[in-house]
Amino acid sequence: MEHYLSLFVRAVFIDNLALSFFLGMCTFIAISKQIKTAFSLGIAVTVVLALAVPVNQIVYHKLLAPGALAWLGFPDADLSFLGFITYIGVIAALVQVLEMFLDKYVPALYNALGIFLPLITVNCAIFGGVAFMVERDYNFGESVVFGLGSGIGWTLAITLMAAVSEKLKYADMPHALRGLGSRFIMVGLMGLGFMSFSGVSL
Amino acid sequence: MANAKEMKALVFGPVFANNPIALQVLGICSALAVTTKLEKALVMGVALTLVTAFSSMFISMIRNHIPSSVRIIVQMTIIASLVIVVDQILKAYAYNVAKELSVFVGLIITNCIVMGRAEAYAMKSPPLMSFLDGIGNGLGYTVLLVIVAVIRELFGSGTLMGVEILPLISAGGWYQPMGLLLMPPSAFFIIGLFIWVLRTFRPEQQEKH
Repeated sequence: MEHYLSLFVRAVFIDNLALSFFLGMCTFIAISKQIKTAFSLGIAVTVVLALAVPVNQIVYHKLLAPGALAWLGFPDADLSFLGFITYIGVIAALVQVLEMFLDKYVPALYNALGIFLPLITVNCAIFGGVAFMVERDYNFGESVVFGLGSGIGWTLAITLMAAVSEKLKYADMPHALRGLGSRFIMVGLMGLGFMSFSGVSL
Repeated sequence: MANAKEMKALVFGPVFANNPIALQVLGICSALAVTTKLEKALVMGVALTLVTAFSSMFISMIRNHIPSSVRIIVQMTIIASLVIVVDQILKAYAYNVAKELSVFVGLIITNCIVMGRAEAYAMKSPPLMSFLDGIGNGLGYTVLLVIVAVIRELFGSGTLMGVEILPLISAGGWYQPMGLLLMPPSAFFIIGLFIWVLRTFRPEQQEKH
């Protein structure tokens, strides 16, 4: 239990996908200048991460890993080179299914997240989360915790950044720095702030 | 067939005049984490340039046969296959660099530059031009990556490509390295300042509120 808690806290604060690995920033910097939008996008990313990481964990360990096909009678097969194409396919399918499910059963949530869901397939944060899960060799329980934790961490980071951007509108900056330039520097400062968590040992 | 001037513009335009990272904010996800060392940045730049160029060329070759409703899936499949090839080659011939790049080679799949060029250019242009466009955008990405990596490696650890340039105090020299440059946030600062400089000299790129 303690192990899972520590993994969760690490995923949210210390190994934050957005601030220490720069994942999913394209979407963020291009789209969000409002807290509300950023938060909805964050929720959508969290849901997809919490589903995609465990599902890909199963796919990897039952189909792709070296020796994983032993149950089919191919103990020597190693399909791990097919990893990337499989993960992206699984993510795309999952997003599609989630979209249809929400549309049918939870229309309120669908309306809130609707426009973001298709974008999420190509969000680096999702693919990055899955790739980290494979690289670090998480088991099923760990992958659930890691997916959920990194989603929450990402949401936290982009919501805070959107909040700062909203205030920055009123700042009197050099013209060349306005917009994009100032947003990069602000993200850097936030990353610096989040680095103070790296001293937390669990 | 297009003339030589147009081809030149395709290759060199994105390097400074229309840099995909600095101006269109594409592909920064992976751009920053691989810039602590020049070697990693160069390998990443070459990998991305090849993937962009070849994916644009293949997509452009079959552009008239792709139904528009499934085009994203088709593009994804082509890009993912090329990334697998690049990843396997890196693992075979440059294992240490591949290990250090870790998940970021795989992340080329979701890099917005590759998808962006496929969608915006390759879907409506002939194969050779798409190939050159891919090379150009890849070069633009590589140039920015190399600039950031040179600053970070030179001042952060006093070396370039692993060769000592500024002798460190800890090794009996005179240079005190700036540890901050090796940490993630410094990459954001460098890109932010780079955009500032670029936009000072090109006022038409500035954002109006």
